[in-house]
Formats: sequence, C-alpha cells, structure tokens
Amino acid sequence: MEIYAKGMGYLQLNEAVRACTDNRISIRGCNGQRFIACASSGRQIDVHGVAGNGAGAYMESGVLNVYGNAQDALADTMNGGEVYVFGSCGDAAAYAMRGGEVFVRGDAGYRAGVHMKEYGEHVPALVIGGRAGCFLGEYLAGGIIAVLNLQNSAQALGEEAARGMHGGRIYVRGGINVPLPDCVTARTADKEDMCVLAGYLKKFCAAFGGDAKKLAAEEFTLITPANKASKRLYAGN
Amino acid sequence: MNARARAEFEILKDASRCIDCGVCEKQCANGVYKKAADGRLLIADEKCVNCQRCVEMCPAGALKVIRNRNTPQSDGNWHLRAVREIYRQAETGGVLLSSMGNPCDMPAYFDRIAVNASQVTNPPIDPLREPMETRVYLGAQNRQITRGRDGKIQPEGKALRLEVPVMFSAMSYGSISYNAHAALARAARELGTYYNTGEGGLHRDFYEYGENTIVQVASGRFGVHKDYLNAGAAIEIKMGQGAKPGIGGHLPGEKTVGDISVTRMIPPGSDAISPAPHHDIYSIEDLRQLVDSLKEATRYQKPIFVKVAAVHNIAAIAGGIARSGADVIVLDGWRGGTGAAPTRIRDNVGIPVELALASVDSRLRAEGIRDRVCLVAGGSIRNSADMVKAIALGADAVYIGTAALIAMGCHVCRSCHSGRCNWGIATQQPELVARLNVDEAVKRLVNLVTAWKHEMEEMMGGMGINAIEALRGNRLMLRGLGLNSRELDILGIMHAGE
Amino acid sequence: MEERFFEGNVRIPSGCAISGFIHRDGRVSDGGAIITSIAAMHERSNGLGGGFAGYGIYPEYKDYYALHLFYSDKVVKRECESFLEERFDIINLSKIPVRKTPKIVDEPLIWRYFVKPLPTRLAESQLDEDEFVSRCAFRINTYMKGAYVFSCGKNMGAFKAVGYPEDVGEFYRLDEYKAYSWMAHGRYPTNTPGWWGGAHPFCLLDMAVVHNGEISSYDANRRNMEMYGYKCNLQTDTEVITYIFDYLVRKQGLTLKEACAVIAAPFWHKIERMPQQERERAEYLRRNFSGLLVTGPFSVILGYKGGLLAINDRLKLRSMVVGEYKNTTYIASEECAIRAIAPVLDRLYAPEGGEAVIAEVMR
Repeated sequence: MEIYAKGMGYLQLNEAVRACTDNRISIRGCNGQRFIACASSGRQIDVHGVAGNGAGAYMESGVLNVYGNAQDALADTMNGGEVYVFGSCGDAAAYAMRGGEVFVRGDAGYRAGVHMKEYGEHVPALVIGGRAGCFLGEYLAGGIIAVLNLQNSAQALGEEAARGMHGGRIYVRGGINVPLPDCVTARTADKEDMCVLAGYLKKFCAAFGGDAKKLAAEEFTLITPANKASKRLYAGN
Repeated sequence: MNARARAEFEILKDASRCIDCGVCEKQCANGVYKKAADGRLLIADEKCVNCQRCVEMCPAGALKVIRNRNTPQSDGNWHLRAVREIYRQAETGGVLLSSMGNPCDMPAYFDRIAVNASQVTNPPIDPLREPMETRVYLGAQNRQITRGRDGKIQPEGKALRLEVPVMFSAMSYGSISYNAHAALARAARELGTYYNTGEGGLHRDFYEYGENTIVQVASGRFGVHKDYLNAGAAIEIKMGQGAKPGIGGHLPGEKTVGDISVTRMIPPGSDAISPAPHHDIYSIEDLRQLVDSLKEATRYQKPIFVKVAAVHNIAAIAGGIARSGADVIVLDGWRGGTGAAPTRIRDNVGIPVELALASVDSRLRAEGIRDRVCLVAGGSIRNSADMVKAIALGADAVYIGTAALIAMGCHVCRSCHSGRCNWGIATQQPELVARLNVDEAVKRLVNLVTAWKHEMEEMMGGMGINAIEALRGNRLMLRGLGLNSRELDILGIMHAGE
Repeated sequence: MEERFFEGNVRIPSGCAISGFIHRDGRVSDGGAIITSIAAMHERSNGLGGGFAGYGIYPEYKDYYALHLFYSDKVVKRECESFLEERFDIINLSKIPVRKTPKIVDEPLIWRYFVKPLPTRLAESQLDEDEFVSRCAFRINTYMKGAYVFSCGKNMGAFKAVGYPEDVGEFYRLDEYKAYSWMAHGRYPTNTPGWWGGAHPFCLLDMAVVHNGEISSYDANRRNMEMYGYKCNLQTDTEVITYIFDYLVRKQGLTLKEACAVIAAPFWHKIERMPQQERERAEYLRRNFSGLLVTGPFSVILGYKGGLLAINDRLKLRSMVVGEYKNTTYIASEECAIRAIAPVLDRLYAPEGGEAVIAEVMR
C-alpha cells in the first residue's frame, strides 16, 4: 500500500498508516512528518523523503526504512525491530533505546545513543556508517554502538564521547583521537569482541552495500566502562 | 573525632523495665543495639536515626529516644545543623545527601492563609446531610461545543475522574518497597483516585491496577515500553521534582536487585541513572514533541501530565507547557519529598508551591489558556486545609507523597537514602519490606484520604460551596495573615480584615 | 462616602426581591403592574437600589441598539458622545424622561441613544454587530470614569436607581412605556453601593438579569469569565451570572436549558441515574464548563428577546414561585407579588432547585 504524504500533517499521515490493512506500507513525498512508525509493531514502513522527528519512537517490532535523511530523535526509546536510514540522522538518535537495531548509512548528529540500556535478550544496537557528533553514548548503560567512519573522516567521534558511560560497548573503526572520560577504558577489539559486532556489520552491508567480512577484518577500538569502584560522591546526611 | 559524642540522638534505656528480650536488637536495621559477649546490651547512639521502631516494638516500654542533650557549641548563626554538616563533609569529602522534603524553618504560606465561612448573607451547608461533591475531572475544558446531526451535544475529550481531589504522587518501585507500592495501588482503587509509578517501571503484579495508575516517563526511561505506556490511565512526563529541581536521579547498583532490576529492565547490579534533562528535550518545542509522541504511541487515549519543579520562572514555563498539548501540569513545590537528594539542592533550590501555584494560575488565566490544562499541586500538602487552600488558589487537585508514607507508618526519620527503613517502606531488604502489612497500610491510606475528604466537605460547607469546582480558584475565600503586599499580590488574595 | 467603598471597588453582598411577567401572546402592558408587584415585597428591599427592564418598549426603533447611560457630569458626557459618534450612527438621542420626587435624589445625567454601528467601523473590526456593541459598552464602563452604559439591547431597556423600587418606577415614568415582558428588582445591599450603576437589572445586549442571593462560587466564576474577556467591573453576582449566560448562549451556542445545566448542574448522583446518552452529555457539559457552575443561594430571572427564564440554585436556597393566568406567566420571590397584580391564577407552583422555567412569546 502506498501513501502519498505531500501536504499531509503528521496526525493525518499516521492515522492513514494505522488504518492500513497491509503490513507493508510505502510513504512517498514525506517531508518532516513526525512520529512515523511510532510504537508500531510487525509492519514494514518505507519512507521516501525526509522522516520527521521521532521516527521509530517506542517502536516495538518490524522494519522502518528511510530512503533519505531522518531528523532528530530517531528511534527514541525504541523497544524492538529494525530501522535503516539510507542518509544521515539528526541529533539525539536512539535516546534511551531499549531494544532493536538502528542502522544509519551516513552520519549521526549530536548525542546519539545517549542512555541506551539493555536487559536480558533486549540488546539495542546503533550502527553509524559515517561519523558521530559530540556526546556519543553519554550515560550509556547497555547495548552496542558502532561508528564505522566509512568516509575516513579525521575524527570518527566528536568531543565528549562516552561521558558517564557505565554499561554497554562502543566500537569505533580505527583509532580514537578525542579524549575519553575516566569512567571508560579503550582498547583494540579482539576476536571475541569482533564476533559480537560481525552480525551487525553483515546487516549493515546487506542493507547499504559493502563487504562485511573485509570490514570486520579491520581494526576497531572498543570502549567499555572502566568498572572501577566508583568513588563515593555522597555522604549521608 | 568521636562520632558518639556528636550523635544526634540519645537512647535512654530504663533498666528497671527492660526484660532483656532482645527485640530492640532484632528490630533495628541500623545496628544500634548489640548484645555483647558478656550479655550486656551495647547501644551505639550515633547510628540511631530516631525512627522510633525500637521504642514502639519494645514490649516493656523500656526505651526512649531523645535529642542528644550533649551538643557541640552552637549559636544563632552557627546552628547545630551547620556545624554537624561541616564535620560530616570534613570527614567524608562527600556531597551531602538527604531524604524527604526541605525541613528548614522557612515560611509555609499555607499556614498564613485563612479560609472563609458564610455568615448571614449566604448560608453554610451541612455536609453530613446535604449533597457535597468532591469529584474532579482532569482534562481540557471549555472545548467548543460540537453537535451531531440530531442537534445534540457530542461529548469529547478524555478526562481522568477523581472521586477526591487527592492523588498519590510519584514514588518509584526502588525508592519505596513492593509492599508500599501494593498498598498505594490498592488504596487508589478503593478511593477512586490514582497513584503514580514514579520512574521505576510498573511491576507486573500491578498491571491489574492500571485504571488507577499514572505511569511516569522520566529522563532515564526505565521500564518504558508500549505496554507500560498503555497500562495506566494517564502518562506523566517528569521534567523535574520539587526536592531537586534540575537534578537527575541515581539508584545505586546495589539497590538494583531482584524485581527492581526486572521492573526497571536493567541488569541486576547496574546503576540506574536518570539524567538531569531528558536528552530529547532541550527546549519547549521538544517537550511538545515528547507529548505528541506519547500521544501517538497511545493513540490519543491517555491524558498526558507534565510534572515540573516550582522554580523562579514557573509561570512562563507553565504557559509553555499548556501550549505543548499536555493535559495536566503538576507543580511540585520546594518542600516536596524525595528518596534522596543533595541536601544543598533540596534546601535551597526552587520556590514554595503556594506562590508557584498562584502565579501559574493567574498567568494562565491572563493568557486565556487556563482551561486547556488542569493544575495539580504537590510539594508538602500536609492536611486537608492545605488541600482546600491549594484548590482555592487555583489547583484542580493535589498530590500527596510524604503524607501517604506517614499514613503507612513512616516516622519521618529522613533516612530513606540509607535503604534501611525499619518500617518496610523505603527499603528493598526483604525482611524489612515484610514488616509493612499491606492490608493495614491500605486501610490507613483509605482512612487518611477519607478523613481529609470529610474535613474538606466541612470547610466547603462552611463556605456555602457544595461542589469542588466552585472552590477552584475561588480566591475570595482566602485571606492572608501577616503577609506583605507583594506576597498578597502574588497569591492574589486580600489581607485578613480587608 | 469615600469612593473606595463604591460598588465596583468593593464587593457588596445583597439580598433582594425579584419579580417579572411575560405576555406569551405578545400583547403589551404598561409599567404600572410591575411596580405594584415589586412594591408588594417592600420588606425585601432596603431603599438602596431598585430597577426594571421592559421588552418591546421601543417599537419605533426596534432595529437600533438602545443605549441607556449614566454620566457623572457634562465633561464625561461630551467625551462619551464623541466616542459614540466615531463608532455609531446615532439616529436619536435624548434625556430619559423622569418625574422628580424627593424619594429619589442625587441623580446622575441619564441619557438614551438609539444607534447602529457604522458599517465602516464594523467591517474594520471584523466583529458581528452584537459583539461590536458589547465591546464598546465594556470600554466605556471600564475606562471612561463617570460614564456607565446600563442598558444596550434592541427594543428593550433597563431603568434603575438608588431607592425603593416602587419610587424608582415612578421616577422613570414607567406607566408611559408598554412592554410584552417586564421584570423588576428591589435590592437589599449590605452596604451602600455609592452610585446608581450598582442597582439591578444588570444588562448586556438583549439580556437583562435580576437576581436574589449571594453566590459562594463568585470568585471562581469571575476569574473564569475574566479569562474569556469579560470585565467584572461591579463585582456583583448579577453581573457575573449575566456574563456566564451571554458566554454560554451567544458564544458557545448552548440553548438556555443547556446553559442552565451548566450553571445549576445536576448533582453527580442525579447524572448517574440518567439513561446512558443523556448521562454522557450531562457529564460532559458539567466537566467541560466546570468553572461556570454557580453554587450558593440564587434565584434569577433572565429576560431576553421574546422570553423570560427563571432558575433557582440546585439546593433551592432562595424562594421563587411561578404563576400562570391565561397567556401570562408570572415569576416572583413571593406569591404576594404575583397575587398583587393577578389575584386569580390558573396555576401556581414553586420550581425545583436547578429547574429552568422558560416562558416565551408564541410565534
């Protein structure tokens, strides 16, 4: 089923999407309509154009393809399913994401993957093909973030990455030349680490092209929490 | 330095009454009492928080806890508390952490407001014999009327129905115990009102109370998923809290155990950090985005609350929230409680809820948008008179937290952050949690709110008002006592005698 | 007396007598009867306010708004007249004729204008005629010190003063007007209002309201109405009740009966016993306009074009009786006020609390 979104407000568009009986829906002429695939489950939604803020928010399952760029707050508090963005995404992508997978072919803006968390089999993953803006993975509590820097930009990460990170793992292709906070350690990913990543690389390449095996053979840096006994900040009063 | 010498409390044991039963030692999770090898009972005063558990449980009535008669030197400026806190920080290097609401001796405006009653020109109403209505709906009002083809009015909009204008405010499972949550949920159902999950997710056992539940979405988004959002009757976005405006939350890993971890959906032992801001909200239009996305996720079936701490610019902030599509604004005053907050923040940041409420209500009216939202006030509503005054100042309903805990048996020892609540409320230790009898706690909560309802009806009856909507914002029913003209202006009330 | 104690600057509770009747066959009668009726309840007034309204009194000018104004002096009169001239086509202006009596003193200048909004000004304002006129009246009453519009409907008019109502009626020579419906008010304010504007009826456009009682919801109602752009200059119950009716009926499009179900909403326990659809509508009306529920004692007669409406508060804390004789419906605080002018009645009854009584001219 196809919906031509030009001139539609988001209320109208999302209502039309919900009303669809098809499980596969294609939205053409999309330009900034918000909350596409919000809390959606079990459907494939293809967006042609610019996906507005909050695309894939609270998404439960299914697939969201964005053939173009996604704006801010992509996959906010997402719970499951897969999101593929063929362009880049704006700020605060995957905020507080709790499950599912987000693949961005291009760059991610500021504050991607802030406070992602995992629980049991729910391990959220955010794979960024280009580079990531500042504050990547702030407060990271769980899940996986991978920055592939396929354009070989001088800096794969912006400043202030992994601040307050206390769980999960961040993979960065190549080295890292921005300072990292005390609460994390960075090392070269070993074979075992790369096994965890391999599946996501495969999916990324399957969607956007490229050789997953070759990519997996390259050197990645892995950032994990330092697991130092955190210094007691507080005194009971 | 000798901690004992500076202990805040002193335990007096009457040896002539003590029957040496050992109950005090068993009851005290703070480890104040210890039987020595020679059979003597050792008492560590410095560990005592004055929760009164031992005193109440002692079968012989042999114990008393009093303020330590031995005190360090203090004066009108270097009062005891200031001196003690410096010692504590000098010893630990720590940021001081406190529990419950701001205890400082600052003005409580509620205590300086007098309520009106009818004499001669109109009659008081007897609430015991005549109808007296306390039902409140929370949801947008003054919608333009639309009619069907038959010309009849078509009802629109969702609203929460409260039989009494009191709800139990957000306290997460984690900050308080399973039994405490169970009691709040059941009491809310019995009273026809709502309790709030706080930011700890919703325990699977409590989904059945969904119709009386407000689920909270805070910056940590713990336990937030589609089922959770749809489980409650309403969703509350927590932007801030009166006890710690501008500060996030931190449940240490050691408390993230068992069901807490399951409910928050984070691995056991991991820190549960709520960032200070929602990182998807850096501006008012972003709040609108979150409101809208939650509405989308719940298909426009759930009213959205936005809870903010009362801060200086609250009137303008509330205006922005009212224009964000939210249905209810919750104002949490600076005396609002907390399971743990930095002492300095708790005692110095924010403003009293009375002033915040009055200025928000006035501003929203001046802007002509008071009808778009309902106002809920929290942050130390201590009794039915506070509630009546809050409603007359402009609130639709109030939230109570501390008052509900006290009803369940809290003795206000202000040590929730220790996790060793001897009354089974602010703890996760199973043997302590088991001390809170849920049936009893439900009964006490229901008693409290029912008593407040009766008292409120009496006060309303005295004013000649028999429906709560006629009290809301009815500031002519209030007069100030000993307030200056600026304060009266902000409260929008006259001085007594005027 | 100091002006700071004048009505408008302070709130003055009042007790009262109200009376009204309507010839449902459209026939007209002079103001003698209504004076007789209200005079029968002399004990309910204290000489500090009386007033009347008649409908159908200006047939020759029925398409023009009849503005009745009080002026404190000639300076403000000039100022106000230039304000009116800028906005209205004034086709007739005159002093309202009065009969001097020692019982009514300190009268202000009392003038009457028959006007129509200037088409250019009306188009410029993008308002309908009624709204244009009501806003002009609000502006005069709020900002023009010493000028007060006390009546501004079409083919109707209010007449009021400080004094006993029967003397006020004599003063205004009501025997020279003929109306299909009349209403009257005798006031018992607790304090002197200080000026004539505080007397009742209170009017806005075609609506005139007389009321007895002191409502307990006043400030809740006032603050809501002020949010909707109404200025409660007099701080009286009558004023705010008039505005609520105007808002619900003229702006929200409710019927009078529906408006009454907001103002004197049924108790929740009554609503719960209604059949489902009716219940849902009643619940919606009540919660959608919850700030307009009026509590405390009141009995109200509301006059409008072609009709009279009477309603009590939902506990019926004020007395009110309704009488019918042939094609005339009478409403008054006490039976004696009806019997004084209609000794024989087909029917006499006391409406329930919250029950709206509507009597209209048959078409």
